[in-house]
Amino acid sequence: MSTISEPMTAGGTRAARPARRRRLISPGLLAALPVIVFLLLAFAAPLLAVLGYSFMPEKTFELTQAPTLENYLSVFSNSYYLSFGKSLGLALVTVLLLMVISWPIAYGMAKLFGRAANFLTLAIIIPLFVSENIRLFGWVLFLIKGGVLLGGLKAWLGIDGESMLYDVPAIVLGLVYVYLPFALFPMVLGISMVPREVTEAAFDMGATRWQVFREVELPLAMPGILIGGLLTFILSLGSLAESKILGGQAVIMIADEIETAFTFGQNWPLGAALSVLLILFSGTLVLTLLNWIDLDKILGRGKGSE
Amino acid sequence: MTERQKKKVTHGLIVTWTAALLVFLYLPILCVALASFSKARYFRFPIPRYDTGWYEKAFESLTVRDLMGTSLSIALLVALISVVLAFFGALAFARFDWRGRRIYQRLVLLPIFFPQAVLGLALLIWFSTVGIIPDWRTAVIAHLVWIVPIVTLVISIQAYSFDPALEEAAFDLGATRWQTLKEVTLPVLWPGVVSGALFAFLLSWGNFPLSLFTTGADQTVPEWLYAKMVSGYTPLVPTLGALTTAGAAGVLLVGYLSWVFMRRAQGR
Repeated sequence: MSTISEPMTAGGTRAARPARRRRLISPGLLAALPVIVFLLLAFAAPLLAVLGYSFMPEKTFELTQAPTLENYLSVFSNSYYLSFGKSLGLALVTVLLLMVISWPIAYGMAKLFGRAANFLTLAIIIPLFVSENIRLFGWVLFLIKGGVLLGGLKAWLGIDGESMLYDVPAIVLGLVYVYLPFALFPMVLGISMVPREVTEAAFDMGATRWQVFREVELPLAMPGILIGGLLTFILSLGSLAESKILGGQAVIMIADEIETAFTFGQNWPLGAALSVLLILFSGTLVLTLLNWIDLDKILGRGKGSE
Repeated sequence: MTERQKKKVTHGLIVTWTAALLVFLYLPILCVALASFSKARYFRFPIPRYDTGWYEKAFESLTVRDLMGTSLSIALLVALISVVLAFFGALAFARFDWRGRRIYQRLVLLPIFFPQAVLGLALLIWFSTVGIIPDWRTAVIAHLVWIVPIVTLVISIQAYSFDPALEEAAFDLGATRWQTLKEVTLPVLWPGVVSGALFAFLLSWGNFPLSLFTTGADQTVPEWLYAKMVSGYTPLVPTLGALTTAGAAGVLLVGYLSWVFMRRAQGR
């Protein structure tokens, strides 16, 4: 295995002590067992149930009927692909905006700010612990007619404005707001992997700022950028609260359709089929991503290099 | 412009942009705090009259007490259970070298990336399939599915910096596996465990999409807030929002102070 980092190889020396180590299950598996059992029961099993329901006839609440494909057919024959398309589009726009917004900040945190970067990290993490609902509601208060923005403009400058609430831009704002840290931090990691000597060498050889960015920094920081991009893409794709609280009913996201099918629609098999499609799509992306990055290196290096 | 001037300008722009980000991040939270001190039934800005009346109402309200109680019970249980599971999970993730490790690392992280609303619904139909009636305890399970992997990750980061030679030495001196765990491994990983517990508590306290489908007849604070935002708005929404935010900030501060304290104690 090529992914083993240094502490692991050091641990390998213990193999020289066969008497104590000969056990039926390795200590690693033993330690992993509680988590594995829990996730099998509370994560894998529910997903299997969803998969099972997706093949049940319409509006059944048990898994004992003869399997059918009608739910998948109705997903494709009804307008559900529209919600899927809109969710994909919104997620894509969100990710692109996040990349552009995050780059200068990530660059600053990795290369310019020095010790202040630690405080900045803390300041960016803290809002994550405030319920997403409350933060989005804060945006409602800010944007709503007579709210902080429009009310303030009118009272102090005499300008009347239209509220941007309950429309697509408000949803994108919410998504960008909520997922920014998840794009930013992997990007900081990515940029901090660009060696200073390399950029300096490029400058010394007469490269312009733009050339250095495009030819040196961007490619070297790409792993971090891609991780953040995919992560935020998947999270935005499955989001629910942003479109509900900020978007009114302007856009029905795919998670919204799933919820409606399960609750008001009382059609579990349909909701299950939609879920399976969403899970397959984002699951493939996540597994590709996780397979591609070296977790030991990314997680283990944080301490060693500082 | 010379190179140096150019660099200065770029630096200035980046600092300004970062400052704007901080404003952007805290703006909505400030808006909620502001609205919580308004006397009016419906929020208008500039606020005509400031008042703390809604806070008094919130403290007197039995509903609020119930909601807080439910949220607190869930968050405390989640923090406790997730730290125990994730402690061993992190040892398997970062410390031990074993055959299934690579696959385990990837599978354990999957729930973090999973759309939470869909996960909540999946758990809802799973509970109904096996005949469990959802209440706040099923929400604990739902939160754990998402939070155990996160805490595992947090403790793993600590475990990566762990020097296996320490355990080696303990073994060589004749300690049993259990003694080594208690006297060597746990103290070394303690900071990770504490921050993991803190993460778990706060993430559970603020969670909405998982609770929405898994609490049954019980209700957490974020659920209630959402219900009232959508229909039946009351000025208690910003007030309770500000209160839970203040609560989370308090927990975070205590956690930070104890971390500083611990580092000092370890340093000596």
